[in-house]
Amino acid sequence: MSTAAAIDVVALRADFPILSRTVHGAPLVYLDSAATSQKPTAVLDAMDAYYRETNANVHRGVYELAAEATSRYEAGRDSVARMIGAPRESVVFTKNATEAINLVAWAWGVRNLRAGDEVLITEMEHHSNIVPWQIVAGITGASVRFAPVTPTGELDMDAFEGLLSERTRMVGVVHVSNVLGTINPVAEISRLAHEQGALVLVDGSQSVPHMPVDVPALGCDFFAFTGHKMLGPTGIGVLVGRPELLEDMEPFLGGGEMISNVTQAGSTWADLPWKFEAGTPPIAEAIGLGAAAEYLMAVGLDAVRAHEIELTAHMLEALGQLEDITIFGPRDPAARGGAVSFSLPDLHPHDIAQLIDQDGVCVRAGHHCAKPLMRVLGVGATARASTYLYNSREEIDVFVRALGKARAAFK
Amino acid sequence: MGGLDDLYQDLILDHYRRKRGEGSLESPTVAVDQNNPLCGDEIHLELNIVDGRVTEIAHTGEGCSISQASMSMMSEALVGKTLEDALEVVEHFRMVMHGSEQGDEDRLGDANALEGVAKYPVRVKCALLGWMAAKDAIQTYQRDSEEVA
Repeated sequence: MSTAAAIDVVALRADFPILSRTVHGAPLVYLDSAATSQKPTAVLDAMDAYYRETNANVHRGVYELAAEATSRYEAGRDSVARMIGAPRESVVFTKNATEAINLVAWAWGVRNLRAGDEVLITEMEHHSNIVPWQIVAGITGASVRFAPVTPTGELDMDAFEGLLSERTRMVGVVHVSNVLGTINPVAEISRLAHEQGALVLVDGSQSVPHMPVDVPALGCDFFAFTGHKMLGPTGIGVLVGRPELLEDMEPFLGGGEMISNVTQAGSTWADLPWKFEAGTPPIAEAIGLGAAAEYLMAVGLDAVRAHEIELTAHMLEALGQLEDITIFGPRDPAARGGAVSFSLPDLHPHDIAQLIDQDGVCVRAGHHCAKPLMRVLGVGATARASTYLYNSREEIDVFVRALGKARAAFK
Repeated sequence: MGGLDDLYQDLILDHYRRKRGEGSLESPTVAVDQNNPLCGDEIHLELNIVDGRVTEIAHTGEGCSISQASMSMMSEALVGKTLEDALEVVEHFRMVMHGSEQGDEDRLGDANALEGVAKYPVRVKCALLGWMAAKDAIQTYQRDSEEVA
């Protein structure tokens, strides 16, 4: 499937300073990249260099320093745009994926939704693609509907189509589930939604970091993701919007930077994408995110994805050996992302996470900001191990051994 | 599991495996739900209160070993106490969890074994869940009886 060179994990790990530390005397085994990824030196250096060498506000000063800061900030946008195949004017920097979705919910939703309209989302959405729509529904009188998940953790496409109607104005769908790992057919969903005249917002927080994603090719109208899950810093996310839609929308936040002209009588807006970037933006973060995108492109997203499939296959097989384990989500590694949620009848997720932390293993325990999905799965919480390009098969073995040990200790 | 010995003591695991007070009451005087928004734990707590005294405690729900064991220990510690005494014990337990008071076994009973949880700030919420539910239940009862009176 991939022409890219396979990832040399040992060599690549040297790029991530944190991976050489120990936890409770054991080597760190970081299996929580679905929550946030670790950062390579290239990202840390790019941000550090900005503050040390060219710190100045962007889009303002005429002096050299300001020009350099602006050019590095906008170069960050170019790198991100290139990675996802989108035109630069469609790439809006936000605080995170949550803010990107809120931007659409407020700037588009509040002005366009009416009583009787429906926003159709899925049962596997992260709270970030549920709550903004509930808030905006409360304001506009629109309602939020949930397309169900099948027992095997896939989106029930028949039910989805059944729920889709001319009342549907917006479809919100996660590209790759942070709990189930499921990869949703977002291009097909976009096509179906557009037939009914609805817009489509895709939450790509778990896809963009892990696989080649050509956003325009998906056919969606809005696409949101975050920087810190793709080797970049916290404090920066991205909204990609179809330029003609973004042009038609009113701003989300008002203030400096996003204006063309301001008078006592009123204001006009800056061109895209700056119309949606009010105030001093996260400059160092955009530069860091640009460095992260360059790093991922240099490794090759095909190679990142191939490595993820290999690790996920190993993870599913190794976990599957444990007696009475429940693994959630699709079993085919090629049909899913690398976040694997599971539960054990005798060990609560919190206890799992606490016990294996003693062996240096970091996994997430909880509802993963997807409480409606937890209810569907019939659990209050799950444990979740999630890999990234810097993880090895051996680390998965350490994790599964630690899990066995924790279980024995609790017997 | 070297460093975790004080977190996962035998007494705590015993309460986790054989929960005291698990179940429901026929017609409880007061019932409350409490959940831990961080981890998804959800519990339901019922009290019978007779003449200003907690006479029976029952609970259902799910949670980790620490939250469930703590709930079980709370059920034993508070039953038979007057409402004022029960609230005072809850407050004492809370201070112990925050590391501000030494655990008093006479008041806490088996729950004194949870003292070590104070060293694990992320788990303090787990240990407090049942106790905060008890406080909520008692205060709800007190508010309701004032309104009636």
